[in-house]
Amino acid sequence: MEQVIFYVFAAVMLFAATMVISVRNPVHAALFLVLAFFNAAIIWVLAGAEFLGIALVVVYVGAVMVLFLFVLMMLDINTAPLREGFARYLPVGVLVAGLMVLQLATVILSARVDLISGTIPEPAAGVNNIKAIGGLLYTAYVYPFEIAAVILLVAIVSAITLTLRRREGSRKQDVAKQLSVKKDDRLRLARMRPSRRQGGGAR
Amino acid sequence: MIELSDFLILGALLFSLGVAGIFLNRKNVILLLMCIELILLAVNVNFIGFSAALDDIAGQIFVFFILTVAAAEAAIGLAIVVVLFRSRGDINVASLDAMKG
Amino acid sequence: METVLYAIVLLPLLASAIAGLAGPWVGRAGAHWVTILAVGISFGLSLWVLYGLVWGGLEPVEFTAYTWLSVGDLGLEIGFLVDRLTALLMVTVTFVALMVHIYTIGYMHDDPGYQRFFSYIALFTFAMLTLVMANNLLQLFFAWEAVGLVSYLLIGFWFTRESAIFANLKAFLVNRVGDLGLLLGIAVLAGAFGTLHYGELFAAVQADPERTVSLFAATEWRLATVAGLLIFVGCMGKSAQVPLHVWLPDSMEGPTPISALIHAATMVTAGIFLVARLSPLFEHSTVALTVVLIVGALTAFSMGLIGLVQNDIKRVIAYSTLSQLGYMVAALGVSAYAAGVFHLFTHAFFKALLFLAAGSVIIALHHEQDMRRMGGLAKYMPVTYATMLLATLALIGAPGFSGFFSKDAIIEAVAHTSGPWASLAYWLLLLGVFVTALYSFRMLFLVFHGRERLDEHARAHLHESPLVVTVPLVLLAVPSVFIALFTFGPVVMGDFLHTDGAIRVLAEDTGLQYLAAHYHGVLGFMGHALQTPTLYLALAGVLVAWLLYLGRPQLRAPLTAPLRPLQRVLEHGYGFDWLFIRGFTGGGRAFARLLARFGERWLIDGALVNGMARSIGRIAAGARYSQTGLLYHYAFVMVLGLLLLITLFVLRTLFA
Repeated sequence: MEQVIFYVFAAVMLFAATMVISVRNPVHAALFLVLAFFNAAIIWVLAGAEFLGIALVVVYVGAVMVLFLFVLMMLDINTAPLREGFARYLPVGVLVAGLMVLQLATVILSARVDLISGTIPEPAAGVNNIKAIGGLLYTAYVYPFEIAAVILLVAIVSAITLTLRRREGSRKQDVAKQLSVKKDDRLRLARMRPSRRQGGGAR
Repeated sequence: MIELSDFLILGALLFSLGVAGIFLNRKNVILLLMCIELILLAVNVNFIGFSAALDDIAGQIFVFFILTVAAAEAAIGLAIVVVLFRSRGDINVASLDAMKG
Repeated sequence: METVLYAIVLLPLLASAIAGLAGPWVGRAGAHWVTILAVGISFGLSLWVLYGLVWGGLEPVEFTAYTWLSVGDLGLEIGFLVDRLTALLMVTVTFVALMVHIYTIGYMHDDPGYQRFFSYIALFTFAMLTLVMANNLLQLFFAWEAVGLVSYLLIGFWFTRESAIFANLKAFLVNRVGDLGLLLGIAVLAGAFGTLHYGELFAAVQADPERTVSLFAATEWRLATVAGLLIFVGCMGKSAQVPLHVWLPDSMEGPTPISALIHAATMVTAGIFLVARLSPLFEHSTVALTVVLIVGALTAFSMGLIGLVQNDIKRVIAYSTLSQLGYMVAALGVSAYAAGVFHLFTHAFFKALLFLAAGSVIIALHHEQDMRRMGGLAKYMPVTYATMLLATLALIGAPGFSGFFSKDAIIEAVAHTSGPWASLAYWLLLLGVFVTALYSFRMLFLVFHGRERLDEHARAHLHESPLVVTVPLVLLAVPSVFIALFTFGPVVMGDFLHTDGAIRVLAEDTGLQYLAAHYHGVLGFMGHALQTPTLYLALAGVLVAWLLYLGRPQLRAPLTAPLRPLQRVLEHGYGFDWLFIRGFTGGGRAFARLLARFGERWLIDGALVNGMARSIGRIAAGARYSQTGLLYHYAFVMVLGLLLLITLFVLRTLFA
């Protein structure tokens, strides 16, 4: 039963991946990638990695792929020149991919490496995947975890600094300037003669 | 019962598709980034498969980190694409030849 | 004792430095006084040392003055070994040097290079003394090169003459060949025994005379033979043995005092000294000794023949020197080291005298050296004539003269040595006696007797040379005549050179030992000479010379006509010059040109240096196309590399 489910979703996933690299419209490609991620998440859950499956959906589908789509739609891209050479490179691409599959399959199926004997066990009842990951992540892998956090922070900062653009003429507050202002900057004392009124009193 | 080899072959196929995608969509930076995501996904599938087969949760920790780094990479990559588009008007890789010595 | 030895060696050096470097302050007279004084003191002290060694009960002295450097176990040292052999040579060298110094005052009187000349000859005296007094081969080699250097400088003393420059270059280059042999020989010994010290070397050879070395693809050769032959090559260069003799006749381009001192009396005999000094080594190699014998005998005869056809007075004496050196070397070849060294000793006096007398003639005739423009000089220059006659008699071996004893001892020693080569050498040396007498008296008659063939200008100024010239002649004539009378017995027939181990002879039945066993005093030896062909051959030579050049000159043309081809061969010196200059030098130059054109310009410059730069440029130009700057190209290459790596990994995993 599980095997059937696995094959079905694996087939859908491979189909989606094929579409990602072959469809004409980048937006469609992104959407197919979302489909591939969904299927991957299902397969992961099938293998007992519930947390990662959910994280994949939330983080990738929910954030990263939305970012992709956002960028795709924000930029006014003329896709025609980007597609040129697709047919020309198709044989090369297929050849390279085929070679890789061949090689990887050779390794995987080789008796020397002995990988085919392994099976994916049924997720045992009562095992809390999230708890197990959490336990490991915050103990043995706490430093890599911190580093990953820093990487994300750096990514955020760099993404912002890369895209930040100061427009000429845009009006905005300069708080530091406002705070460091002095009296002399704003106030000018002028000595003026009281002007003699020409006419009679206004009063 | 899912065999480990099923996972590995799935990963291999996915990886090959990603590499082939790099070849086929060599002009479009965003599609290249998507292909990289596919490749990373293939790696992750392998990790999950091994982790389950060997009953070792550490593999999943690695997937976690890979996802983190991949997300960061995607964010920065897209930021670069935006800057690129802003300065050159398109994102054709063929026009990125400033790395010539 | 050590102080005395230091003084003997260093005084000439000091004097040379003063004369050469402080020239403007000491002046011309200062230059000759300081050098003569230094060499004179050296001579006196040398005489004292010799006296002490022979009669004064002095033991041979050996000490190391200074350790220059140590390479592993091989110590390179400056040291002195003074035994009777050395002392004999020291006296010879300093005496002849002293005479030449005095003589030079007259000979070089008008020369602008007066002080330079004195500096050079004093330096030569120093170098030669260092050579004979060395206690190791390295110091000997250095001194060997030093005397070669001074010889080079003095042959080219008149450096504005093209012929002098050619001659000194030739001398230098030919000596390089010999020196290479010597250096290789020293290297073989150093490599085999790890020492260059004479005593240690001889002990090591003595301990294992059959030791071999591997040469030329692991062929085993006897060490004594290899080292002996190589060292003898050095001897051949310095002592001008066939075929490395070509430089000596040309060296007559130098001033005559130099010809006397360096190219007759001392430096050219360094090779004889070397072989005698290394007698414990040579004794172990029959092959080397045989080669020494053959080369010596060949040189003695063939070079004497050339002397017959020379017209330059100095060249006649030069070929005579070559011939006499051949006698010495032949003596070494039959283990008659004492006879060889004794001939060196006597020859130094009478040959120096011959040269100096010839020099006296040359200055009297205002640097005329061609004998065809001399004649009848005897009545103008009685002292020169008398001394030259005595020297000539000594040279041809007239009984009672010093040359008689030394030369007859050599010939007799060869005669009493068995073996086919010794017989051949004996006949060559015997004929050499006739030739020697012939050319010597031919020269004497041409110069001092017969018709005066001088030009008027020369005859008007003709007079006997000044005292500074004639006094050395007389002083040299004395030992030329008498020295052998009281030294022959102990030095050659006795064991003067053997008791203190200076010379070692292994065999028990050498010719010289046979002679010594049958020796009954000087008079007995002279009486014995009446029974040998030597004396009569010399007499015949004199007679023939008299007949052809004085008595019946009209006979000369018909008699020599059939010998015309031989004369041509002799005039060309057997073609050695042609062979060396055209063959070796010309071949070398042609080869060098070839190398310059193809090896240097085409291969190294064209293909390697510029070619490398050009090919880098070309490759870079090609490589620039690969660097497109296009990202996807780089990505493509990356993927290909990945593919390659995976392939490798797969293959290694599956089939390793």
